[in-house]
Amino acid sequence: MDIFAQQLVNGLVLGSIYALVALGYTMVYGILELINFAHGEVTMIGAMVALTVIGVLAGVAPDLPGVLVVLGGILVAIPACMLLAFGIEKIAYRPLRKAPRLAPLITAIGVSIILQNLAMLIWGRQYVSFPEILPTTKFEVFGAHISLLQIAIVVLALTIMACLWLLVERTRLGRAMRATAQSREVAELMGVNVDRVISATFIIGAAIAAIAGVMVSAYYGLAHYYMGFMLGLKAFSAAVLGGIGNIAGAMLGGLLLGVIEALGAGYIGDITGGFLGSHYQDVFAFFVLIGVLVFRPSGLLGERVANRA
Amino acid sequence: MHSSKLALSVVSLTLAISIAGCGNKAETGSNVIKIGSVAPLTGPQTHIGKDNENGARLAVDEINAKGLELGGKKVSLELLGEDDQAEPKTATIVAQKLVDAGVVAVIGHLNSGTSIPASKIYHDAGIPQISPSATAVAYTAQGYQTAYRVMANDAQQGKALGQFAVGKMAAKKIAIIDDRTAYGQGLADEFEKAAKAAGGEIVAHEFTNDRATDFSAILTSIKGRTPDLIFFGGMDPQGGPMAKQMKSLGLTAKLLGGDGLQNVNFMKLAGADAEGVIASSPGLPIDSMPGGPAFRKRFEAKYGAIQVYAPYAYDAVYALVDAMKRANSAEPAKVLAELPKTDLQGVSGPVKFDAKGDTTGGAVTLYEVKGGKWQVLETIK
Repeated sequence: MDIFAQQLVNGLVLGSIYALVALGYTMVYGILELINFAHGEVTMIGAMVALTVIGVLAGVAPDLPGVLVVLGGILVAIPACMLLAFGIEKIAYRPLRKAPRLAPLITAIGVSIILQNLAMLIWGRQYVSFPEILPTTKFEVFGAHISLLQIAIVVLALTIMACLWLLVERTRLGRAMRATAQSREVAELMGVNVDRVISATFIIGAAIAAIAGVMVSAYYGLAHYYMGFMLGLKAFSAAVLGGIGNIAGAMLGGLLLGVIEALGAGYIGDITGGFLGSHYQDVFAFFVLIGVLVFRPSGLLGERVANRA
Repeated sequence: MHSSKLALSVVSLTLAISIAGCGNKAETGSNVIKIGSVAPLTGPQTHIGKDNENGARLAVDEINAKGLELGGKKVSLELLGEDDQAEPKTATIVAQKLVDAGVVAVIGHLNSGTSIPASKIYHDAGIPQISPSATAVAYTAQGYQTAYRVMANDAQQGKALGQFAVGKMAAKKIAIIDDRTAYGQGLADEFEKAAKAAGGEIVAHEFTNDRATDFSAILTSIKGRTPDLIFFGGMDPQGGPMAKQMKSLGLTAKLLGGDGLQNVNFMKLAGADAEGVIASSPGLPIDSMPGGPAFRKRFEAKYGAIQVYAPYAYDAVYALVDAMKRANSAEPAKVLAELPKTDLQGVSGPVKFDAKGDTTGGAVTLYEVKGGKWQVLETIK
């Protein structure tokens, strides 16, 4: 029982990070039907920028509480990522908005490679370690060890999701976003500044990605120029699992994928009698993804969008 | 269509290079003997690669200063340094380049992943290769009579670790994690064999990969088996976070690893949770080597601080020249006939080879993190 509870905790923490990154994929897809493959790299840049700031802050003011130092890092990383995403959209995607859909997709992959190499040039190939400045308080619940950091990650992730939901459902910008997602032309005719809405979507997604990036590096204690790739892939899968284009779906998909992965890695050996080991962790997660898509091609909460364009 | 064109151009390029290479082939009667040295001289391992080359260069300079006579003729050695970028593909290119340049032997390469593909080229050319630092078992297991190494291999290291875990650390229930790379898996398998033979019980063998950062799921499942020791076959980018996650999951088992963990970067990544972690490294700490302190003085006067493997590159050159002296020739075939008889007191310890080309004098040293530093626990010979 305690093992199961622990795996659930492991999965929920991982899942809430996936969910945050997945939001960025799903929001952009909802509006542009573009899979923004550079989003994982935006997360990585967020982590790297925050780590740099944290390193400087911890050096300049060693007496500052760790939480404030990390907060400082986040506060710099968010605008940095917002600026980056704004730039990417403006330079790489906007000129291609009328091009066939494959063109911006390839561009997105290109941007992702450029960002990876840029990060490698700036921060090097080495793994950058996260300074140990956060409190390491732990609690035991049902035999599972839960750290303060894990609780903070899950609570912060849920808060961000709630805020985003309010933004989309209750504000003028949110209404403009939903309108643009339904039909760009009609929204434009109704006086919505579509360009601005699209920029805003990228920027909001990037801000959330920045926070997720800091979470990942604080949780695992490291950052690396390559970290955005796998994270992006997993988050994208989470978005597809939940139904890409659907915000609630991204949240659900993220949490679910995290839990499936943890339980899969933990129990796959026992279930198959040792035939498949824990190195099939990722295979297991993607197997579930394929299984869901066979029966529900548009994801768990997705609507049919195939004939919309 | 496209690939055949590519193959054609590669073939013609190789041809062009080898023809060009013929021009500067050393005549056998010449007084200069060319020796190759290959290590990554660009990229993240630059400092270690340059260290190897400097170790070899120090030996070459010393031998030249003392004067070397082969077959009644005064000869001098020339070291040709090449950069393999730690890339298997580049390794074969520079290996061919050295063969074409007429080297009689090669000291290198630094990594197992580069030494193995290059060894075929040296074998086909019939020239001896002595690696200072490649530890993968496969390197000498190919049946090439040209491949030698002066450092204990992964099998010897894994065996020492397995015996140490059950013996000195008194571990009864052991869990193993490996990263499924040639290095990690090889080390973990040898560890498992030795630990079982010594009477330890393997309660779990879990797997990860060399890109992973999250081990909480496998560690949790291991926790359910209540081991008192966890062995990790892999490198520091995984080992660091693993040490952290063990602590945060409340695992009390000790973490034991190979030379992939025994470095400064591991301590940076694991932070305070590195404390108490034990890892091995082939060879001796420089100051415990028989010729260590004196070597350090000579080396540092010329090149600055020693990184890691310089003493082994140095010994490799001496082992080679020793064989040349006995053969009274620098001809590769004659040197190869003498190399198995090597019995040399090197800086790093005794240099002797077994039938495969592995060193028989290789030691393994265990280190523990104490007070934020790797401290020597003991050396197993």
